[in-house]
Amino acid sequence: MGTDQTEAVWLTEDHEFSLAELAALSGLSEAELRELVDYGAVTPINPDSPSWVFSGACLLTVRTACRLRISFELEPDGVALMVSLLNRIHELEAQVGSLRAQLPHPVR
Amino acid sequence: MKYKDYYRILGVERSAGAADIKKAYRKLAHKYHPDVSKDPEGEDKFKEVAEAYETLGNPEKRAAYDQLGRFQPGQEFQPPPDWGKRFGDSQFSFEDVDLADLFAGLSAGRHGAGPGRGQFRMPGQDYEVTAHISLAQAYRGTEVELNLTVPEFDAKGFLHNVPRTFKVRIPKGATDGQRLRLTGRGGKGLNGGRDGDLYLNIALHPHPLFRVSGHDLYLDLPLAPWEAVLGATVEVPTLAGPVSLKVPPNTRAGQQLRLSRRGLPKPSGGEGDLFAIAQIVVPAAPSEREQTLFKQLAESSTFNPRGHFQQEVKNGN
Repeated sequence: MGTDQTEAVWLTEDHEFSLAELAALSGLSEAELRELVDYGAVTPINPDSPSWVFSGACLLTVRTACRLRISFELEPDGVALMVSLLNRIHELEAQVGSLRAQLPHPVR
Repeated sequence: MKYKDYYRILGVERSAGAADIKKAYRKLAHKYHPDVSKDPEGEDKFKEVAEAYETLGNPEKRAAYDQLGRFQPGQEFQPPPDWGKRFGDSQFSFEDVDLADLFAGLSAGRHGAGPGRGQFRMPGQDYEVTAHISLAQAYRGTEVELNLTVPEFDAKGFLHNVPRTFKVRIPKGATDGQRLRLTGRGGKGLNGGRDGDLYLNIALHPHPLFRVSGHDLYLDLPLAPWEAVLGATVEVPTLAGPVSLKVPPNTRAGQQLRLSRRGLPKPSGGEGDLFAIAQIVVPAAPSEREQTLFKQLAESSTFNPRGHFQQEVKNGN
């Protein structure tokens, strides 16, 4: 595939994926993804709809889930727990980073 | 071909049982897995550990590995003469083949890769790489060259690690830790399988003036005491060039002055803000005249910056 056909997409809240797209891009099956949703590791934008839609950032979470499942030979509930804890760590790191950015640095 | 001592990598004896090998792998995976480790070299170490376990964790591959004999790590060696038959090609040259690729080929041979591979549709591999860029590059968008070593099949269907250079356009909207997915820029798909994607993790170099939080920027704004009290119009740097900022009278240290939409551009459009944090600084060596004026101020001012100390003590706190 040439450069001209490449699509560059920021994986943020602004980009959305369907369940099928998420499965195709993460290496997890749709059934495994449903389990991750059941355990609360990822949350669709529209949890009450029959056709779930996920934010771009969810792709990173489920790709991590796939890597962890393979590397640690984990069951879905173990994957979900690990991913939820990692997400909390990332959120806390972002908060620390933001607070650190707001701290005045000593003037030389 | 260079020898790798998989037993030494996992820290187990050559006689170790399957359970011990699994335990050693898991222990090292906990330590070095890139998703859970803070070790900057964790990813490379984990790759090494995973490669060792991939072979030693599988009885068939472990037996084949043991047959190679024992060498020093990194030592050049030749597999036994009939070893190539495992790959259905006794004439196969092991010259520039990596040991890991050889064992990957051993399992892939049964799943469609390797010589005489079937017609299974195999999606290409996704690549993940960190792109280090400056704040100025993130602000404008940029093009970067990335050097990756990626696995590729040769004409005979064997995997080789090949160095490749990727030229990648990073559009505006980047910030630290943000990910960009470039469709179809990963490994080639086989037999009609889709091409893999390239995932870029953006890492911003620290900037001497601006600190980054999401798409907002923070800048320390040093003010002289009289500027803070009387107010001033000062020039401050932004990523688009200097702008004038009106500092209101009676500005306190630590107060944040917001310069709307002077931060980093966001992927969805719009921009973050720039916050100038007021800092009140004094001259390192005030002149005699400055000292005289400060003394006059001290004598005539009734301002007590520590008034609340006494108040709190009075309240019994």
